[in-house]
Amino acid sequence: MNSTGGLLRQAPRLTLLLLIGPVMAGLAGTIMPVFAAASPHDPSPFQALWAWQGLPCAIRLSLITGLVSTLLSLAIAVLVVATLLGSRAFFALSHLLSPLLAVPHAAAALGLAFLIAPSGWIMRVISPWATGWTIPPDLLILNDPAGLALIMGLVVKEVPFLLLMTLAALPQTDAHRRLTVAASLGYGQVWGFMLAVLPVLYRQLRLPVYAVLAYAMTAVEMAMILGPSLPPTLSVQITHWMMEPSFAHRGIAAAATVVQMGLVLVTLAAFIITEGLAKIALIAAAGAGHRMRGPDAGLRKLALGLGGAITLLLCAALATLALWSVAGLWPFPNTMPDTLTLRTWVQAGPDLASTAAQTLGIAALSTAIALTLVLACLEAEHRFALIPGQWSLWLLYLPLLVPQIAFLPGLQAFALRAGVSGTTISVSACHIVFVLPYVFLSLSAPFRAWDQRHATAAAALGAAPGRVFWQVRLPMLLPAVLTATALGFAVSIGQYLPSLLIGGGRIETLTTEAVALSSGGNRRIIGAYGLLQTLLPGIGFALALALPRLVYRHRRAMLTPGIR
Amino acid sequence: MSGLILSQLRVMLHHTVIAQLNLTVAAGQVLTIMGPSGSGKSTILAAIMGTLPAAFNVTGGIMLNDRDVAGLPTAQRRIGILFQDDVLFPHLSVAGNLGFGLPASVARAQRRAVIDAALTTVGLAGFGSRDPATLSGGQRARVALLRTLLANPEALLLDEPFSRLDLALRDQIRTLVFDQARTRGLPVILVTHDPADAASANGQVISPMGQPL
Repeated sequence: MNSTGGLLRQAPRLTLLLLIGPVMAGLAGTIMPVFAAASPHDPSPFQALWAWQGLPCAIRLSLITGLVSTLLSLAIAVLVVATLLGSRAFFALSHLLSPLLAVPHAAAALGLAFLIAPSGWIMRVISPWATGWTIPPDLLILNDPAGLALIMGLVVKEVPFLLLMTLAALPQTDAHRRLTVAASLGYGQVWGFMLAVLPVLYRQLRLPVYAVLAYAMTAVEMAMILGPSLPPTLSVQITHWMMEPSFAHRGIAAAATVVQMGLVLVTLAAFIITEGLAKIALIAAAGAGHRMRGPDAGLRKLALGLGGAITLLLCAALATLALWSVAGLWPFPNTMPDTLTLRTWVQAGPDLASTAAQTLGIAALSTAIALTLVLACLEAEHRFALIPGQWSLWLLYLPLLVPQIAFLPGLQAFALRAGVSGTTISVSACHIVFVLPYVFLSLSAPFRAWDQRHATAAAALGAAPGRVFWQVRLPMLLPAVLTATALGFAVSIGQYLPSLLIGGGRIETLTTEAVALSSGGNRRIIGAYGLLQTLLPGIGFALALALPRLVYRHRRAMLTPGIR
Repeated sequence: MSGLILSQLRVMLHHTVIAQLNLTVAAGQVLTIMGPSGSGKSTILAAIMGTLPAAFNVTGGIMLNDRDVAGLPTAQRRIGILFQDDVLFPHLSVAGNLGFGLPASVARAQRRAVIDAALTTVGLAGFGSRDPATLSGGQRARVALLRTLLANPEALLLDEPFSRLDLALRDQIRTLVFDQARTRGLPVILVTHDPADAASANGQVISPMGQPL
């Protein structure tokens, strides 16, 4: 009894260690080759890196695509909330966008590529009647050197994420009463939102925004599929160097990682300074008394248009994947395939099934461990009245703030040395680092909001803490636990770089396969992998919604909390 | 001696005394603590239950039927409580809720019979398989009372349990609770801001600081 209590009490520390340990060790392991490789004969890794002609361009690409996509995503998310909050359109949009959050980055990128390419679906729909083209035009729409396609891909993926984070933070901002006050004083809706709600709201959006920025600057699979190739973004180039079998470029890759880390840190710092300036500007503006009702109507249309466009793009991207996976002959510029066939699915069936099984196995193990740890943390918090500090939230976000490309190579080096590289177990263990923060973020709010009087009532009836947890708390929070489980699966299924690097290229998941296939041109098989990669998390979320409805179909208060 | 004895019980928060009581509630008696909201009434109940956050400092003794319960975990104190809301577990049926309260020592074969019999005594025969969410306020209050009593408590705490009920129901449930407590010889502490509750309790009325009212 005492020993389990002791173990439970240690759960938060153990969990943080599991999060921070791999990140820190990985960072050290990544940077070490920079110093290890230097010898009198070799040029130092940094000299080699400076000598690479693509460096300035790669740095510029990483910086611009990352910053622009983050600022655009944030602006669109805020604009949508500010103009549409409480409207029917907002309700529809948030219900459409939240399931789209489950679409893995790789699948979204592949679908978008099929959509916007010169021979893509959009071009087929408008050709030849509008364009006159009967063969695909020689245009660099995809993989354009400025990275516009990549920016679009990142925005389409990050807006749903930021929107959902905004929705989660809104209830704590007293937004409704603040907006009513602003409106009663004659303020326009958007300006009133900016002055009265955004300052409080943004405080809770900061960490998610930083995570988006760090991700966007260093995204690998999206940049491989949508981004420019000569040179690619810095993170993609590092991945190429890392994956070379000869190990000859390990030094230059490590040096480039140091540069990449520095770039992210400097950008984050500049971003934080800009936040401070924006805050001062907003406070000054609030005192000026301008009501700014004029732009409301236009901004509302803009928000509707952008929100609708993003939803439409993602849906069309998924539809393109689905269509190609069942396409027979589909010559340009026909709008639809000439014939539909299941041949691709039948031929690739065995491979798809075994890869899906491996992907699910990895996801199940990492999610189960992450879920156990998170539940132990939250139960320890409840039982021992622990109060998590602000710093613990930062530590939780650490694996999302430190770019994957910066610490995974080091972790891979350790895995190689320990002889555990290239096993499903080690890939699964690595996924925990990324699954756990999301599981925690998704479970902590409902667990902390749980009415503690249920615990008191149960204890007053003689139930020991263990019984209260298993028979009251956990069953009451079943919907939240299932949602967190589905999220854990989705995060694990979507991982590219951890599976690639820790798997040593030998562990095939749906994501690594889909990205590997993307460099070839077989759209049918890519469509099948991309679609399956989206379907699995989608099924997970559907189950998480459906199971509580089934289990608690005769327990009305469990399905509509608050209504009795 | 039997009953609930609070000896020099004092609850402090940051060196401020929130409540202090030195008294005995005999078996079958009802003690009423009255005061406006925020006066520390519910804090006393939490102290007696052992559910106060660590920031509070509780000194003094709590004896229940010659047992010193002050150092025990809530689950071992054998003190039942009824809240303002019924706090029925929404994931369990009515019978499931009552079964949660019934001690495990009651054999499996008898459990259902005990539960059904209990439901019959409060006019809810046949309600066992119902979803608590489909019950009326008065029915839910009766189930909550039964759940507490089936656990065989040695004392009963009432945290304004009648304030959410309709006026017509309030008298009926109040009488039921007090009758049951008296029949079983339970010492009862009632916390309320409603003078009608206090009058109907028919016992001593004091403030959270122990002053007779």
